[in-house]
Amino acid sequence: MEASVMSMPSLSSPSRSGLRLIWRGSLFIGLLMPLWTPLKAAPEGPKLGVSITQESILPLDISVFPDGTGLPPGKGTAVDGKTHFEALCQGCHGVKGSGGDAEELVGRSPLSGARPDQTVGNYWPYATTIFDYIRRAMPLNAPLSLSNDQVYALTAYLLYLNGIVTETSEMNATTLRAIQMPNRDGFYRVWGNGGR
Amino acid sequence: MSPTPTRPSDDLVPVAGGGLLDRRMFLRQGMMLGGAGLGLLAVDADAADFPRWMKTPGGPLTNYGEPSPYEKEAIRWISANAKAPGHGISWTPLHRLEGTITPNGLHFERHHNGVPAIDPEQHRLTLHGLFSKPIQWSLEQLFRYPMVSRQCFVECGGNSNAGWHDEPIQTPVGYFHGLVSSSEWTGIPLSTLLDEAGLQPEARWLVAEGADAGAMNVSIPIEKALDDTLLALYQNGERIRPEQGYPMRLILPGFEAVLNVKWLQRLQAVREPLMSRNETAKYTELEPSGKARQFTFIMEAKSVITQPSPGFRLKGPGLYQISGLAWSGRGTIRRVDISADGGRSWAPAALQEPLLSKCFTRFRLPWRWDGSPLILKSRAIDDTGYQQPERSTLIAERGQRGYFHYNAIVAFAVDSDGSLRHVYA
Repeated sequence: MEASVMSMPSLSSPSRSGLRLIWRGSLFIGLLMPLWTPLKAAPEGPKLGVSITQESILPLDISVFPDGTGLPPGKGTAVDGKTHFEALCQGCHGVKGSGGDAEELVGRSPLSGARPDQTVGNYWPYATTIFDYIRRAMPLNAPLSLSNDQVYALTAYLLYLNGIVTETSEMNATTLRAIQMPNRDGFYRVWGNGGR
Repeated sequence: MSPTPTRPSDDLVPVAGGGLLDRRMFLRQGMMLGGAGLGLLAVDADAADFPRWMKTPGGPLTNYGEPSPYEKEAIRWISANAKAPGHGISWTPLHRLEGTITPNGLHFERHHNGVPAIDPEQHRLTLHGLFSKPIQWSLEQLFRYPMVSRQCFVECGGNSNAGWHDEPIQTPVGYFHGLVSSSEWTGIPLSTLLDEAGLQPEARWLVAEGADAGAMNVSIPIEKALDDTLLALYQNGERIRPEQGYPMRLILPGFEAVLNVKWLQRLQAVREPLMSRNETAKYTELEPSGKARQFTFIMEAKSVITQPSPGFRLKGPGLYQISGLAWSGRGTIRRVDISADGGRSWAPAALQEPLLSKCFTRFRLPWRWDGSPLILKSRAIDDTGYQQPERSTLIAERGQRGYFHYNAIVAFAVDSDGSLRHVYA
């Protein structure tokens, strides 16, 4: 029964991991991954899912990736962003993103200090994350209400306040993906490297 | 003639400092000890009468039951943003519960922008990206799929984070460690749905997205999605409640809760993670070096004594049962040790069966308190051999700025008046 399979411990013996490596088709990648139970045959379903077109998903696909995949048409600068920020964001995030009921967004203090603040400027590794998050989640009282131009402008404003772009730098699908954030290399992955 | 001294039975000889007794004692001597206890409760026969609830009809039947009105303290405590009441957390009152199943109304909550009021008729689950075809299901369709059940804990990556503070927090156990709960989840193995959509071999991650106000999104490694991940539709036998993800959520046994996406509506198969806010700015752990740990998905072994615990008071010297919870995101709890002398000596607790992987394990140990001040601790060991670390060890490795994944040994000081305090010891 599948039920008993589901409750098996997920750690497998090294010898059994061979099956997984074959499935993965890459010995190199396989060696970097933790040793997992070989892929179990998934329980067969009645296959009732409805095929849909790629086009029908596009309006709902609001994912934005570090390589720029998913960034929509549109543009904005920090000059425009300041106006939107003061109208929509400042009430919670404070003047110039200095913090309030919501977290502070601006600061470049070193992360190795005793009690460093973790801000967009000194912590966030990708500028595309700012766009992805603002578009789907902000402002808190009206998510998904901003235009793409507004989101680009707000992203530009936060980058400007953190000293990463100039006040007149235009953020669009091309320029935003090219931004190198100060803490781009500040993370290391625990998953997939066998560590705890 | 002086009375003949009686030698205590072997079971009443402490097995570790501070009065810890053998874990099998209650099994062997429960009847005898119980009888002694009843003697103290003898009532005056003249004043005896049947209680009033036996002399009048009771209340009516109910469509959905509620706890006794005398149990008003067994509630979640809430901590939310003043300007955004749906943005916050509520803790499971672990100190008021027993056994290993969390009642549905007491499962902890973490919402990033409130509980959405989802109409199940309109809700769809969409899979797209690196599949052979984009595909979508309604709930009606999903209910025809083969389901399985499993018990497991769900723990917020930020659970117990007050442990990083310089001063020990003084609050009941549940409001310190209660961003963890354990349930029986029933649903469809996610692998069944991934198979049907034709998952491509180059897919390494699934970006999961909820249908809440904020479309909470996070990347899930494909190995886990294909292993024991469930698309859960039921919790403890009933449909998942709105605050737990109605009508459907992901359950990734042993993984930090943020990946167990509630109100799931979309899974996008991709090569590289999305690097969403909740896998970069949050749920990462800054270390003293200035570098941060990322994708620290697995919740490591942890234990905490739930009784006796801060906020309660021991009623004088005598026999007590220590009771607590242990769990590990890597597998099964193999052993829980308890110390009543600040960690100088340890005794193994009895583990309540069945022992389930990535699930709450209830541990218990009899203890005879002599009334003197001492320090209680518990430590969990899982079936990978990993042992829950002392706080000083954890901090030496991670510093104190990581916020997430605090799993150090918890210590309570018992004072001579029977009160308990959380301490670092």
